Amino acid sequence: MLGYRALSIKQKQVVWAWGFLALPVLFYSIIRFYPTFGAIVLSFQDWNLLGDKTWNGIENYQKLFADPVFWKVFSNTFLYLIIGTPLSLVFSFIVAYNLDKVRFMHGTIRALYFLPFMTSTVAMAWLWRWFYQPVPIGLFNNMLATMAIPQFPFLRSTFWALPSILAPALWAGLGFQIIIFMAGLRAIPNTYYEAARIDGVGPWTILWEITLPLLKPTIVFLVVFSSIGFLRIFDQVFNMTTNDPGGPLNSTKPLVLMIYDTAFNAFDMGYAAAQTVVLFTILLVVSLVQLRIMRSR
Amino acid sequence: MSMTEIKPSSATLEKQRSASYSNINPGKIIRWTLLFMGGVVMVMPIVYMLSTSLKWPHEIYNLSIIPDEPTLENYIFVLEDGRFYKWFVNSLIIATATTVSAVLFDSMVGYTLCKFSFRGRMFVFIAILSTLMIPTEMLVIPWYIMARDFGWLNSYWGIMFPGMMTAFGTFLMKQFFESVPDDFLEAARIDGLNEFQIWWSVAMPLVTPALSALAIFVFLGNWTAFIWPLIVTNSPDLYTLPVGLTTFSVEQSVQWELIMTGAALATIPTLIVFLVFQRYIIRGVVMAGLKG
Repeated sequence: MLGYRALSIKQKQVVWAWGFLALPVLFYSIIRFYPTFGAIVLSFQDWNLLGDKTWNGIENYQKLFADPVFWKVFSNTFLYLIIGTPLSLVFSFIVAYNLDKVRFMHGTIRALYFLPFMTSTVAMAWLWRWFYQPVPIGLFNNMLATMAIPQFPFLRSTFWALPSILAPALWAGLGFQIIIFMAGLRAIPNTYYEAARIDGVGPWTILWEITLPLLKPTIVFLVVFSSIGFLRIFDQVFNMTTNDPGGPLNSTKPLVLMIYDTAFNAFDMGYAAAQTVVLFTILLVVSLVQLRIMRSR
Repeated sequence: MSMTEIKPSSATLEKQRSASYSNINPGKIIRWTLLFMGGVVMVMPIVYMLSTSLKWPHEIYNLSIIPDEPTLENYIFVLEDGRFYKWFVNSLIIATATTVSAVLFDSMVGYTLCKFSFRGRMFVFIAILSTLMIPTEMLVIPWYIMARDFGWLNSYWGIMFPGMMTAFGTFLMKQFFESVPDDFLEAARIDGLNEFQIWWSVAMPLVTPALSALAIFVFLGNWTAFIWPLIVTNSPDLYTLPVGLTTFSVEQSVQWELIMTGAALATIPTLIVFLVFQRYIIRGVVMAGLKG
């Protein structure tokens, strides 16, 4: 301890700082950085988890890009994003914008919209799966039947299965986005609105010229955040299609489900690792492109 | 200042007056009604889940929300099975332990990166922040191999280890420690407290709202986590609630009232927590969302 006492206050602080950081630095190195490089290295190897690893260069990637299933999965993954992000943002903005102006039972209404966010994804996937069943079981088709509307195929149609799986994801995420939008709306100084009102500007112009431009940081955050969420969709798809994962005919399979199948059902670890590297690249590129576009505007 | 010099025209005065006098107008009533109806639609799926869990099998085709003959039979069946109880305890232990660890370490690292000056501080900060860009799905394969080699498969530690610290929480806490004045820490230093005591008993109490916000996020994230627990466990005794629910539902296949009961059991705890701590949770979400 004598050595420590001889140190100056500044030097003592450095000792403490690294003392505090010792375990975390170890954690991030072993649990985050090492596995990241591990995955990249593995993507250039062939390994079935039991035998020896063998180098195979870019074969995994060549195989992946030549696989028609991958391109189907690739377009599915982007479909989740392209449908999910704009819809959830528009819905949540409309609710937040109006809820912000409502005082009567404000807290209760907010809670109603937020409640689905607090649920377990897996539980909700099974709940919606029940909704989508054909008559006489599923709730939605039973409702249609009472109104004498023909059955809707939902999860059985290669076209409608993907939006059907997306719906609960969108529904459960709405509450979070509404809360964030409302916080963003509150942060806009009232003086802007007062000035606009004095100038006799109409509510639509206020919305387009003041509210939305000033909300830009909030919108950028939500676009990036929800895009990443939709690109990584897995829980809902896995649970709603357990009898035929990613089906019918791979029409709902997202990249993460393909990774899971390749790694933990086919035990083709190198090939799965290559898919994770592709996922990482997609996430990186999408976030950077979005940030670039939104910042410049 | 210049506002007072503006003389509003009589038309705008009229407008302001009518705006403040008529607090209730048809537009507002329509807005409120639509919002309220939308909110009811939002919770309808949850209501149907709860209602179906209280119905007899022959009644689930019935669209009415209130069961004709409500029964707890489904709950008795599911709970007598015994596995749900185990999964619930597993989830609770895992989510609590990870939350405690992440809140402690994230705030410690956030504090260090915010309040200490030393060589390499920026490097450590950027390194930790950069891990935010790495998706979990990229790490699960190496984690699985690591867990297998160390014998962590099918253990609490195996499920928990990837989440013991979070880059998001570190960043969040660093932001919040910025608002703690350095003078406070300096005063404590002069009083002879060591750096650990200063962090724990001076700085930490000043950021409790942020700590609870982080705790809510980490807990909820671990409570509903699916892909990693699914990969790292294959013994039903160690399943977490979401993984257990998947297995259970696949087993029941067409007995939707039982599946809905399982789903309700997985959902009710967080719903109760939300209804009790609503104010804090929403504030926490805003804080985490805006600063994070």
